[in-house]
Parts: sequence; structure tokens; C-alpha cells
Amino acid sequence: MKENYPQDMHQPETISWHRKHLLDIDDFSISEYDLVIKTAGVMGGILSRPIKKVPALRGRTIATLFYEPSTRTRSSFELAAKYLSADVVNLAASSSSITKGESLIDTLHTLEAMGVEIIIMRHPLAGACHLAARHAKSSIINAGDGGHAHPTQALLDMYTILKHKPAIAGLNIVILGDSRHSRVARSNIWGLTAMGASVTLCGPRSLLPIGLTPRHPLYSKIKLETDILRALEGADVVMALRMQKERQAAGLIPDIREYVSQFRLTSDRLAVAKPDALVMHPGPVNEDIEISFEVASGSQSLITEQVSNGLAVRMAVLYLISGGSKE
Amino acid sequence: MEPTIVLNREDIRRTLGRMAHEIIETNKDLLKIIMIGMRTRGVPMANRLAANIKAFENAQIPVGVLDFSLYRDDLGSRDLQPVVKSTSIPSGIDGKIIILVDDVLFTGRSSRAAMDALIDLGRPSAIKLAVLVDRGHRELPIRADYVGKNIPSARDEEVQVKLTETDGLDEVSIYKKIESGK
Repeated sequence: MKENYPQDMHQPETISWHRKHLLDIDDFSISEYDLVIKTAGVMGGILSRPIKKVPALRGRTIATLFYEPSTRTRSSFELAAKYLSADVVNLAASSSSITKGESLIDTLHTLEAMGVEIIIMRHPLAGACHLAARHAKSSIINAGDGGHAHPTQALLDMYTILKHKPAIAGLNIVILGDSRHSRVARSNIWGLTAMGASVTLCGPRSLLPIGLTPRHPLYSKIKLETDILRALEGADVVMALRMQKERQAAGLIPDIREYVSQFRLTSDRLAVAKPDALVMHPGPVNEDIEISFEVASGSQSLITEQVSNGLAVRMAVLYLISGGSKE
Repeated sequence: MEPTIVLNREDIRRTLGRMAHEIIETNKDLLKIIMIGMRTRGVPMANRLAANIKAFENAQIPVGVLDFSLYRDDLGSRDLQPVVKSTSIPSGIDGKIIILVDDVLFTGRSSRAAMDALIDLGRPSAIKLAVLVDRGHRELPIRADYVGKNIPSARDEEVQVKLTETDGLDEVSIYKKIESGK
């Protein structure tokens, strides 16, 4: 009976976003990706204005809690929150009570007692953000947990690709380098394959993901390739990954020079990709190791654009999370 | 209760014609005007007013679109956030006369949000408000400069504007809201 009556005209169209936390994108629906990307487009418009500030999150308090060093992700989240008029407090593990032995859960509760509603968290252990979410009253946003997930990086990479290509579906995307230790690669694989791209991981066998059994949901969706030229042939997008020296205690590659000689993204190698192929890197770049200086600063490189787009995507995520229904 | 039709297609056409004449009459320098439609139905209305002014005076008025959802005063108090959409304003608004266009003027809160959103984009020399329907019940000291029709209404009534561009037909109706257990 209610359908016979027109809907309340004074209520704006509301978002269908029901997440309290952003921990991973492995269970994102296409419409959730679309919503984040569309919202980021609007936020990008705000960033190009002379007054880069809107009152959407006025009176909200947001904390960044980083147990691992970071320049771009932390400052990008901080600025995103500030451009939305939220108040931000930054905690780094090295300069807080964490060094006195305070546990993660106690730190969360302390922040919550001070009125923090959204906690942006980075931790060296995979799953730390999920643990935090189970104990938190506030919203947790995963800004990278060990080798597991880095959802906002994947979202900003997808947003960046869509600024240059009409769709992600049908693109050949090569993720080059240490995909075994990379949370950036992992989150991108979930996102890009969900949107219909075909993803090839390229690198030495010891740096390709292990444990991908045929039963894994991604097994049939990605290709592994140890020959860089075969991988790059006909590629639409090449994402070079950082060599993660801090996660390679085991010495999985015999020698960095050998890696460079076989897998560095150089202009000669890039030439076998499509002429309009996009070059991306999540940063920070190890100069002249995973990517040559020439390619990183060349005309196909979107590395600095990724940084600006990251701001728009993080504004979108904060806006959506702050309105997400309380689970 | 069945909706009562207050304005039909022909009424809306005549009303927007009259409003365009009022805008022409009260603004000596038409070239300083930018017409800005407030999403959603303010946008087709702004286009129609600009087309009328073009027909009457042969002056081309630029039309922009304003999404003010990030400026709403009920963010956070609602269960769900509004979808944010793009704002596109032709040229700078500094020194211009902005005519904000909306379908219904009710509490005045949308107009307040829209003005705040505009002022973040620059410093217009004046902001004016044009609405198709003023239904009363203001909660803020805001009034419209150009009003299509005053429709006195009860708070539990709903005034609905439909425009061909967004709803497939031109019609303004009023009906009693059904309380859906809220």
C-alpha cells in the first residue's frame, strides 16, 4: 500500500552503505566500488577549489594509529579528515605509550574514551585491524595490516585507472615485483578482478604468492608469470611494487642486482606493453630498483597523480564510513 | 488520501514565464547573473528560467548545478548519508549575481546549506532565491526573492513537484503524509 504514495520529496537520495569498518575489500560488491569511486570524484572536485574544506565531518574526531612508518598514507588520511572538517589526532607507536607496553586494545579504548569515533590503523601484523574491530566501539579503517590488505590503496589505484580508461573490465593489468609480501597487490587483486580485469603477477618465483591452491577463489582469476616481457606484452596497466626489504629477512632473492637485471621496469621493457599503457607505483619508490628513474618520471607514469587521488578516495571513505549504519 | 493537484503543466509554464519576467525586471544587468539549480529539481527549473530569459530578452544566462549534501546540518544525525553528487558552476562566481533555484521552499535549511556551499566557492555580489512553491513552515530567517506560488500547507502534508526532465511530467500536488511507523 505504501508504494502507491510518492516518497518523501524532501529527503535526499541516501547511500546504501552499511559498513561500520573498512578492513578489507575482498567482500566488496560492484556497487560499493562504484559508490566509493563516484564519491571520490566529487571529493576530487573539492580539492581543486581555492577553499578546500567542507563541513561534512564537523565535530567528528578521527585518530590515526600507526604501528609502522608511513608518509603518504598517514598524511593523506590526516588531510582528508581535515578537508572534511574533522578533528584529527595522530599517534605513532614510536612516540606513544605503546612503547611502555600498552596493548592494542587498551590503546583503542583510551582513544575511544577521549571521544574518537574513527580510528585509522596500520599494523605490521596481518589481521590486527580485524582484531581491533572486534573490540572497538569506534569505526576501524585499515591503512595496511602486515602482508594482508591495504584497501584504500587499491581503491585509489582503481579510481586512478578509471580517470584514464573508460572501464576496468577487460584491461590487462600486470602487477610487477614482490606480490608475495605486498598488501597493496593483494587488495588490488581483489578489486581489479571483481571489476573484471585480467591480472598477471610477474616476478621471480620466490616472490610470487604461495598458497594459492586451486580451491582459492582467486586461483582461476590471476596468472603468474616469471618472464617480464611475456607478462608486459599487450598490458594496459603496469603496477610496479616496492621491494619490501623489511619483510625479506628470509633472503628470498639471492641478490638485488639480479632482481634489477631481470625485473626492473625500464623503457625498453615497457615498450612491449600497449603504447598508452599506464605506469603506477604505490610508493615509496626504491629509485632504480623496481622501476627505472626514466619510467617513473616519464609521460606514462601516474605515480604523483596516485598521491593526489589518494586524498580524494580517503575523503570519500571517511564520508561513507561516518554515515555507515551502526552494525 | 489522493493527492490534490495544485499546478498543472500549463500553470507551471505560465508561472516560470512570470518568474523569468520578474528576474529580468529586478536585475538591470542580466549578464551578471548565474542561475544555479539546487539538486535535483532546481536544475531543470534553472534551465527553463534561463531559456525563458533567452526568449524574452535574448540574454544568455549561464546555468550551474549545486550539490550541497556535504553542507547539510543533519549529517551524522541521519542513519544514512546522502549520496554526494558533483557541483558544476560555469566560470567564477566572484562579483556575480547568483540566483539559486529550488522547487520547494520549506524549512529553509536546504537554502542555508546551499548558500554556505556557494560562499565556499567565491564571493558573489548577491545571492537571490527563486522557488516554484513556497509552502511555509520556515525554521530559519530565509525568504525567497521570486516565488512561483504560495501554497499554505500543514506540516503533515507533503508538497510534491514533478518536472518532465526528472519525473516525466509537469505537476505540483499536495497530499497527506502517511506515517510509516516512524
